[in-house]
Amino acid sequence: MNDLIATQEPSLKRRWGAKMTDIVSSVWDSDIVYSLRNSKVTIVSFIVMAVILILGLGADLFAPTNPFDPTSFSLFDSEIPPVWTDSGDSRFILGTDIQGRDVYSLLLYGVRISLMVGFVSVLLSLVLGVVLGLISGYFGGKVDALIMRIADAMLSFPTIMFALLVSGVARGIFPKEMHGDISVYVIIFSITATGWMQYARTVRGAALLESGKEYVQAARVMGSSSARIMFKHILPNTISPVLVIGTLHIALAVLTEATLSFLGVGMPPNQPSLGTLINEGNQYLFSGQWWVVLFPAMVLVVLALCVNLVGDWIRDVLNPKLR
Amino acid sequence: MFVFLLKRAAQAIGIVLVVAFLSFVMFQFVGDPIEGMISENATQQERDELRESLGLNDGVIVQYTRFVKNMAQGNFGISYYNKSDVLSLIIERLPATLELVFVAVVISLVVGILLGVWSAYSRNGLMKNTVQILSLVGVSLPSFVAGILLIVVFSVWLKWLPSHGRGEIVEFGYWSSGLLTLSGLKAVLLPAISLSLFMITMIMRLLKSEIQETMRADYIRFAKARGISERSIKYKHVLKNSILPVVTIIGLQVGGLIAFAVVTETIFQWPGMGLLFIQAVNYVDIPVISAYLVIVAIMFVVINTFVDLIYLLVDPRIKVS
Amino acid sequence: MDDKQVILSVKGLCLEFSHRKGAIKALRDISFDMCQGEILGVVGESGAGKSLTGSAIMGLLDDSAAITAGEIVYQGQRIDNLDDASRQALRGKEISAIFQDPLTSLNPVLTIEEQLTETILTHLPLSQSEALEKAIALLEEVGIAQAAERIKQYPHQFSGGMRQRIVIALALCVDPFIVIADEPTTALDVSVQSQVLQLLKRLCKQHGTTVMLVTHDMGVIAEVCDRVAVMYAGEVVEIGKVHDIVKHPQHPYTVGLMDSIPRIGVRKKRLSQISGSMPRLTELPCGCKFHPRCQFKQFGCDTTTPCLKQTTTTAVACLRDISIEEHI
Repeated sequence: MNDLIATQEPSLKRRWGAKMTDIVSSVWDSDIVYSLRNSKVTIVSFIVMAVILILGLGADLFAPTNPFDPTSFSLFDSEIPPVWTDSGDSRFILGTDIQGRDVYSLLLYGVRISLMVGFVSVLLSLVLGVVLGLISGYFGGKVDALIMRIADAMLSFPTIMFALLVSGVARGIFPKEMHGDISVYVIIFSITATGWMQYARTVRGAALLESGKEYVQAARVMGSSSARIMFKHILPNTISPVLVIGTLHIALAVLTEATLSFLGVGMPPNQPSLGTLINEGNQYLFSGQWWVVLFPAMVLVVLALCVNLVGDWIRDVLNPKLR
Repeated sequence: MFVFLLKRAAQAIGIVLVVAFLSFVMFQFVGDPIEGMISENATQQERDELRESLGLNDGVIVQYTRFVKNMAQGNFGISYYNKSDVLSLIIERLPATLELVFVAVVISLVVGILLGVWSAYSRNGLMKNTVQILSLVGVSLPSFVAGILLIVVFSVWLKWLPSHGRGEIVEFGYWSSGLLTLSGLKAVLLPAISLSLFMITMIMRLLKSEIQETMRADYIRFAKARGISERSIKYKHVLKNSILPVVTIIGLQVGGLIAFAVVTETIFQWPGMGLLFIQAVNYVDIPVISAYLVIVAIMFVVINTFVDLIYLLVDPRIKVS
Repeated sequence: MDDKQVILSVKGLCLEFSHRKGAIKALRDISFDMCQGEILGVVGESGAGKSLTGSAIMGLLDDSAAITAGEIVYQGQRIDNLDDASRQALRGKEISAIFQDPLTSLNPVLTIEEQLTETILTHLPLSQSEALEKAIALLEEVGIAQAAERIKQYPHQFSGGMRQRIVIALALCVDPFIVIADEPTTALDVSVQSQVLQLLKRLCKQHGTTVMLVTHDMGVIAEVCDRVAVMYAGEVVEIGKVHDIVKHPQHPYTVGLMDSIPRIGVRKKRLSQISGSMPRLTELPCGCKFHPRCQFKQFGCDTTTPCLKQTTTTAVACLRDISIEEHI
């Protein structure tokens, strides 16, 4: 008995090992990993994106000071340049702004707010677009015509202009002291309202295609509910294009939010996003404090670039025809 | 052709009416127009009289009809903030924005088409990669950051070009042009470049993928099989087919360009409609906002009809269908 | 074949596609001759390498494809290794082509006139007006009424059959010696197919043009060809005069192809078909590539690759030495 086990075990192990190598090598050789291995740019973007993401989400942990706590900074420390310049201060790696706040800490919290607004608006657009697209493609007829008409109209409405309008209206409706608090909703609403169309169009196309197929007809005849057919049969076919649009949309949403904040209708100074920081820094550009504007701008551009690169890569992998 | 124009005109009027309705709704429900027009210590009776005289007690449809009629006559009301006629405010600023957008479109067309053709036909891998990375940077570099960068480099460091304003302008009745003086041309350069960056990237990417797609078409293979020269295939057979979608994109992007002009005008303190608009948003100046909206809608519709006409002239296939 | 001069010969042509998991051998050891003025049919299932052979002769291969062995000799001169410019000078003027789909073969944004005159002026030292005259004459020759007016029109204003006539005019406009017609009638209505085919045949016989007619339709072969090459999975398996191939096929695959054509006057319970399907180029069997589907396979078919051998009638690549007719 013992003999048996003793002789079997290594072979079993070897077989297991062989199987593992098989799996590893098949994953390693699969198209996705192959294209990732071959694209160093994508790997670097992934890493940079992850670092920014982690630093931003863990801003409380990684930031040396809380820039929103008035006791943590003082005017005596204002306008200190980054640490590597002659008059730098080792407490403030990237220098301080006009109020004496640590630019590095501001940056981390800014990234967090930018990402939060970006993710939430993309998620909302995605859900809205997918649902409307499913309804439009599955039911067709007047509902379809109406939804697609609205989508066409919204497509020619630039996000920036829409957001400015919504912001103007919101400022008119709500009292002045609430303006700061509502602006985050204004931004998310605007990005969502001008961003769902692409998802809707893609999903609608797939739904039109699928709902004509026999298995869907069969499911209908057998009395499956419309919702069940839509979510169980049609939705899975649309996941990969929606994923691609979503990734690229995140970059766009973060940039849009930054632009709006830069224009002064976005995130207020007490909840600064990257755009707000750039806006504030821009005012002191001519007086020589380049670091206040440079670092947020750099992080914004690098973040958007990495997300775009990763998004492009996902698109290429999922849809080799487009390459 | 005539039917087409008629259809387009009907569509255009429809779009403008819808936008007018939107701005009318804004007028009705956002803030009280009376508050903006009357002094704070006016009596209730004075307010009621003003309300009556403005026709604010009439039915919604009557008011909307009057609103459209007024607009058609160029009466967009009085700005709450500037206390002056909205139309003259906008007309004063219109040339600046139109010239900025025009220069930006010209730059994007020239640079975008050149880069697109170049990157599509280039066999050099390094060049191809450079252009591709440039195009990604173009998508990821927001217009306002690009504007700040341009100012830092060309105005602050090199001191070659002005960082704000239109420079010297020449007046022609209602129109004022900055394109006729050297300082005006210098002043428009940075804003126009920053505005055109996104469209350059767009045109470049689109044209490149269209060219690559067309290169695989059967008729190109057949042209090669007939021994047509490579030069003619590249610049006549392929380009003529690939350039058409670019024309459409320009039409669709004009709205975006005008919207982004708001950003550009803010950075470069360009005295155009965008700057007026952002002021109006900040001060909740509803008459200016709604007038801006209607005028931009009209511009959008006119330019798109124009682009469709160009398309009609360039693409032989559309005439029949 | 004996009394005519060989104008183009393909000798031992091998072609591979590069792929990251290894090369795909799409053509293996293709050899055949084309004689002055004949119509050579090339027949086989899709994926057999017919069109690829045509592209190789035209010098219009994709970047991913490469000729790894063999040569293509045109009028005594090797052409497969010429540089791009010399190759281009040959195309259209000496060797021209007609492609499958007339709807996509013409440039949609150029008029027929522009496309015809440009082709003519590329190869012939004519003036613009002379080229136009020639173009109109050509259109009349291929049977387009009111050619002088219609030449100003765009491709979409013509029907499919008319467009294929224009394509033929374009391919033949400077009297090339060889035309490679890749499924020229497949995309057309059945009623138009025969007309276009007869037009092509008439023109080529008149001008003494040699034609390589690629098709998967044995009916087309029987109608217009002088000789036929049968291709299977990247190899030529049988080649010979059309009469011999149709009446006395030697290769089991050719026999199968012939049996799958319906014939009037022959009573058969049902049309026979070849069982199975052509193997993928990435998973070719050893030995004879047809043996898994062959009903006559014998010992050695799965190990030895047969070469083309001349029999009394056709040349055939099969290991059996008795003819199939005797077999049956």
